[in-house]
Amino acid sequence: MRIPLIIAAAWSLVLGAAAFAQTPPPPPPAQQGQDQVGEDGQLVVDVTGGRRAALPIAVPYMPTPAPADTPAGNTQALGRQVAEIVSTDLRNSGLFTPIGPNGLRPVAYPQVTAPDFGYFQTTGAQNLVQGFVQANGNGSITVGCYLYDVSARSELARQGYVVNPRDWRRAAHRCADTIYSRLTGEGAYFDTRIVYVSETGPARRRIKRLAIMDYDGANHRFLTNGQFTVLTPRFAPNQQTITFMTYEGDRPRVMLYELDSGQTRPLVQQPHMTFAPRYSPDSRYIIFSMAMNGNTDIYRIPVGGGTPQRLTNAPGIDTGGSYSPDGSQIVFESDRSGTQQLYVMNANGSNQRRISFGGGGYATPVWSPRGDLIAFTRTGSFAIGVMPPSGGAGRILTSGGAEGPSWAPNGRAIMFTRGLGAGQLWYVDVASGTTRRVPTPLGGSDPAWSPLRD
Amino acid sequence: MKMRTTGLIAIAAALTLTAGCARRTQELPPEPPSSTTPEDATQDTGVGTTVVPGSRADFLQNVPSDRVFFALDSYSIDAAARSTLDAQAEWLNRNQNTRVTIEGHADERGTREYNLALGDRRANAARDYLQSRGVAANRMQTISWGKERPAVEGANESAWAQNRRAVTVVPE
Repeated sequence: MRIPLIIAAAWSLVLGAAAFAQTPPPPPPAQQGQDQVGEDGQLVVDVTGGRRAALPIAVPYMPTPAPADTPAGNTQALGRQVAEIVSTDLRNSGLFTPIGPNGLRPVAYPQVTAPDFGYFQTTGAQNLVQGFVQANGNGSITVGCYLYDVSARSELARQGYVVNPRDWRRAAHRCADTIYSRLTGEGAYFDTRIVYVSETGPARRRIKRLAIMDYDGANHRFLTNGQFTVLTPRFAPNQQTITFMTYEGDRPRVMLYELDSGQTRPLVQQPHMTFAPRYSPDSRYIIFSMAMNGNTDIYRIPVGGGTPQRLTNAPGIDTGGSYSPDGSQIVFESDRSGTQQLYVMNANGSNQRRISFGGGGYATPVWSPRGDLIAFTRTGSFAIGVMPPSGGAGRILTSGGAEGPSWAPNGRAIMFTRGLGAGQLWYVDVASGTTRRVPTPLGGSDPAWSPLRD
Repeated sequence: MKMRTTGLIAIAAALTLTAGCARRTQELPPEPPSSTTPEDATQDTGVGTTVVPGSRADFLQNVPSDRVFFALDSYSIDAAARSTLDAQAEWLNRNQNTRVTIEGHADERGTREYNLALGDRRANAARDYLQSRGVAANRMQTISWGKERPAVEGANESAWAQNRRAVTVVPE
């Protein structure tokens, strides 16, 4: 396991509140060096050059004021499961070392708002998450979520989520989101979904289906039946549609999938192959690539359809367009120089300029929702990296054999495909460099992260 | 374009050996097009069966190969590809009622979107060459599969070389 290794000496980097500690925490293990060996046994280099401390945080099981049966199970069982999800979410981020829920002393319901700080101090936890699950009698449940500073003996945040019992996992993710945001000062990403391509079968006849699931792999469901190949799905920022490429009818082209109705419709009425679609930040437009007679350019079209507007016209392959979060610029890849490189242009196609200069090639640029970084795939090694929009050589975040980055809505984690043959979904926390596999029932590729759910 | 071609000379030279292997492969019964099953091909090429003129079986029996190969990241039609496409054009010019689909493919060492565009380049390069040998453009359509339909599985140069291809597919 990698978590114990990445605990750094700089405790206060993550949380200023740690400075108020009255009892020093147990000394952290010495850091093993700047670069760490990831869980998959491969080298992971931190993007920021410095490693953040993984914060010890206690997450005991959550009690219920009165055990009650719900369609999702008894509130007592739900309280245990919610705590497990909160703990797993925080661990997955790479920024926390959760303690519990297993092995921690049970919390009685009245203690939820009056924690036994003395006990939790002995566990080494800097912070404490407590909560409860209560049946409301009208078919809904309330999940209470409280965050404490153990040393300062103070409450840092509290939230209650009233949900249909079948959405209990979402309530747990939202609790973890609240804790992540309060302790890191960043937006969160646990209450999100992933649309991706599920893969099975030999490479020569691989079956590829559109699938959607929660970010942690739960609530998995297929959206297409595998009779035709699908590629590169993307979430609309307004979460109403998904755009993707399909080979239905042996006509490779960009389609739209409406999440509410399950209906699909072609985006562009063109005899030529259209691919690599991506939404504008306001969800009103889609930029895509169209290959005509061996030449590929980037076009823009309203989501409702219409006449495509051509944005690039250089001889060669211009593809992989991605908007800046303010919608004013587009980053894309082009081989106009002889190798694949990253370029930025204004949203109307003007002022195209190269930004990647590191030797070798760069592909699949994706602009971070925060605007500060552009993720890419390094060609040759197939490693995922990031660079500022001003350009440069970039910094590599993952080992090789990866492609197709997609940003978490907070711009602090990147999901990607690992494996050039049978794919797997992985994500990397940009600050900690922690990589983790996302469980999928079959193989997976081309993940796209949704915005935070409403 | 010039830069790319120059840069690829070394690779092309290195591929001469591989090309030799590919040529030996072509002396064997041709591989079935990717959209047929091996069982179909065995039946079609079986001794004693009647081959319908203008059919896929007829095409596969009368051309050296249904496919041409490309160097890494290239879509240039080399001498070996020209000779294959010349034979295909001859057959297509004898069978004027047959329409074909030209599939462009890439090996797995490119990103997905780029490989879709590269497969399109390769299919178009083969189509343009057949057109230059007298095959009407409206008899040929192209489709790119990028790296989605390798002919051969494996992460090695031999597999990659066979996957960088354009395949002329005659309907059954």
